[in-house]
Amino acid sequence: MTKLLINGREVEVTADPDTPLLWVVRDELRLTGAKFGCGQALCGACTMYADGAPIRACVTPIESVAGQAITTPEGLEGRVAEAVRAAWEKHDVAQCGYCQPGQIMAAVALLNGKPTPTDTDIDEAMNGNLCRCATYGRIRTAIKTASETLQG
Amino acid sequence: MFKDNIASCVRSLANEESVALDRRGFLRLSVGTGAGLVIGAYIPVKSATSGQAAQAGDAVFNPFVTITPANKVIVLSKHLDKGQGTATGLATLVADELDADWSQMVAEFAPANAALYKNTFFGVQGTGGSTAMANSFEQYRKAGAAAKQMLVAAAAQAWKTDASKITVSKGVITDGTNTATFGELASAAAKMPVRDTVTLKDPKDFIYIGKSFPRLDQKAKVTAAPVFTQDIHLSDMLVAVVARPPRFGAKPGSVDAVKAKAVKGVIGVVTIPGGVAVVASSTWAAIKGRDALQVTWDETDADKRGTAELLEEYKALAAKPGLSVRKDGDAEKAIAGAKTVIDAEFAFPFLAHAPMEPLNAILAFKDGKATIWSGSQLQTIDQSVAAAILGIKPEDVAINTQWAGGSFGRRAVYNSDYVAEVAHIVKALATDKPIKLVWTREDDIKGGYYRPMYLHKVKVGLTESGEIAGWHHRIVGQSIMEGTAFAASSVKNGVDATSVEGVSDTPYTIPNYEVEVHNTKFGAPPLWWRSVGHTHTAYVMETMIDEIATRSGKDPVAFRLAMLEKHPRHAAVLKLAAEKAGWGTPVADGVACGVAVHESFKSFVAQVAEVRIADGRAKVDRVVCAVDCGLPINPDNIVAQIEGGIGYGLGAVLHSHVTLTDGIVDQANFGDYEVLRFNEMPTVEVHIIPSTEPPTGIGEPGTPPIGPAVANAVAALTGQRIRTLPLAIHKLAAS
Repeated sequence: MTKLLINGREVEVTADPDTPLLWVVRDELRLTGAKFGCGQALCGACTMYADGAPIRACVTPIESVAGQAITTPEGLEGRVAEAVRAAWEKHDVAQCGYCQPGQIMAAVALLNGKPTPTDTDIDEAMNGNLCRCATYGRIRTAIKTASETLQG
Repeated sequence: MFKDNIASCVRSLANEESVALDRRGFLRLSVGTGAGLVIGAYIPVKSATSGQAAQAGDAVFNPFVTITPANKVIVLSKHLDKGQGTATGLATLVADELDADWSQMVAEFAPANAALYKNTFFGVQGTGGSTAMANSFEQYRKAGAAAKQMLVAAAAQAWKTDASKITVSKGVITDGTNTATFGELASAAAKMPVRDTVTLKDPKDFIYIGKSFPRLDQKAKVTAAPVFTQDIHLSDMLVAVVARPPRFGAKPGSVDAVKAKAVKGVIGVVTIPGGVAVVASSTWAAIKGRDALQVTWDETDADKRGTAELLEEYKALAAKPGLSVRKDGDAEKAIAGAKTVIDAEFAFPFLAHAPMEPLNAILAFKDGKATIWSGSQLQTIDQSVAAAILGIKPEDVAINTQWAGGSFGRRAVYNSDYVAEVAHIVKALATDKPIKLVWTREDDIKGGYYRPMYLHKVKVGLTESGEIAGWHHRIVGQSIMEGTAFAASSVKNGVDATSVEGVSDTPYTIPNYEVEVHNTKFGAPPLWWRSVGHTHTAYVMETMIDEIATRSGKDPVAFRLAMLEKHPRHAAVLKLAAEKAGWGTPVADGVACGVAVHESFKSFVAQVAEVRIADGRAKVDRVVCAVDCGLPINPDNIVAQIEGGIGYGLGAVLHSHVTLTDGIVDQANFGDYEVLRFNEMPTVEVHIIPSTEPPTGIGEPGTPPIGPAVANAVAALTGQRIRTLPLAIHKLAAS
């Protein structure tokens, strides 16, 4: 048994301690917001937070985050998250949408740390999140819109 | 990508019933005549092929339009939406003719039923070739107009007034005295007779078509709602991962499953035609079980050639005459007498599609009926293939089409490879539990169905004044269509149109033009990849034309325009892109512009790329694009598709290649199969040509021009003409 704190809820899971967090959250807890894209921390589709910092859940064994506060895309709340989601809708960012929960997790983490990011800040924060539909330009615009909303 | 008359070919794929009409789900089905109105009054019951039965109380107006008591207008999309925005586009057509309010529109996927939902260009139900809006434009508008007519008739009856006194606007029906929503009148309206003819709006009266309305799937996708096949959990569902041979053409030999079965959660190991499946209670258990599996592969029929061997073979073939594709005049004679000759050889690598959602499909088989949950892109073929494997009739295979996390061609497969796999697993296990087949990213990159490797050998003779005297062009590579159900319509006299499209039909006025092709065989199955043949032909044509212009001391835009006199739509996008990009005006130091123009899927696209060299690599800062895709239905979605098409194509041109050593794929995941990342995305500026021509493709046409536009800028900066892709294998140096 491993105790996890997922979106503020304590859960006990039966998976082996070395099981990646992504598969426990998706298959056992049935929270499917974080996606399987590569399994090797190369695409960012599985992004979650551990104690507020983005992690790649596909390569994170559950034993390594036991006791830490895990946030999945379903549990992403607050002013910044709302501003980011609204900006995504405003700019009609998603095409296929599969990577977008991970993109939004990365964007919210960026704005939490840097409320008015430069283009370089945005590049650095978002470069690990792949989008095969290449919505990158709209993501950049939406991050700036969200930043403006939050400043206003 | 596909041509007409595919239905007849598909019949031979499994059996005659593969496209048999399934009317059992419909008590009344009437097919209109005249202008091809294919809507009718019918009342659906839960069809064997329909997972999406109407909810109790929903009013079904026709196969495309349902209105709920809660006043929602559900538009059933016969096409898969894998990000290209088609579901929203089809809803736009209905909403406009229905005079609905945008906020009441909902898009869902139609069940698998070729009789009702075939792609009218293919003859089977399927999505591809950027045909969705073109083949549905009248059909969905008529469906909306007919539903409106029925609502008006119901209002006239209820209010005892004349239909001519009734107006509909933004989802409200009124005669000036009474008002009603669609939801209030839907039940009565759906019972109204359907007239044979409907009047469609004059385009000047469009309220949604031509304007940008947001995607109907945006909110669900932004809130991480479970809309993908990967997100589905069914009761008792098991997960399967398949070990496939390292070399294409190999088969499972002996299997030692002891260690795999010892993995907690593994339930079974079964051998299927293409590999060995590990079935488990969870995805991770299936993956770990596969890691523990020991398989000896039978390599009797394995293809052990690597990229280097293939390239040598292709070069040898290119030296010999091939199948004749086109022959105008006498190219060889003209080249022999030319002042200057350019002799060029281009090599294009295998490319994986790598959609973000790795391939998957769920299949449940119980009591002789199968149900599939999948981002199904060729529903009729998926039905036929699954039915043939399970020994049932195609109409006993229902498909619940899901939103797909990308495809770029990979989910539309002539043999439904991944649906076949899950059907084989279900059959081998003899289980009535649903099985979810999951491919890992490594499976995807190593799994074949690539954009084939191609070699082009081009010889161009120039006159003293730099005009083209003769052009000889040989293309070597795998035919995508040969041997598939699509061959009858796409392969003529051995020439696969998709191998040569973009060269065989060049818009340029070229005297003495000769094109030949050699079809090759290789173990890795070929497949269409966003823009198919245009992925390589546009690159060759547009870099060659550019090189000729430069060598002749002519402006690349002016040189092209002079040869496009008979092609005004090409010329118009080229002029517009050049003008908006400020072509010919000074650019910053170290920056150069490259241009390309290409037609694909009946749409015309020109792009000007601003490029600089940084650390030996090309960096694309900005792309200015002009597009003519006929009547623009949703301009913002056109912009989005051009942005995406550029990003997808640019990633491949800069980075991507699948190579093989001794028949084994060298790449495995996004670490070595590199694609475009965030910081490489250029600013994209899209200009849409206003048009009243019928709408044409938009999902693919943005991709072909970006490679040559960038390569032409690189040549301007460095003097290097890059003829082997990707660019990453070359060290670039600004001259």
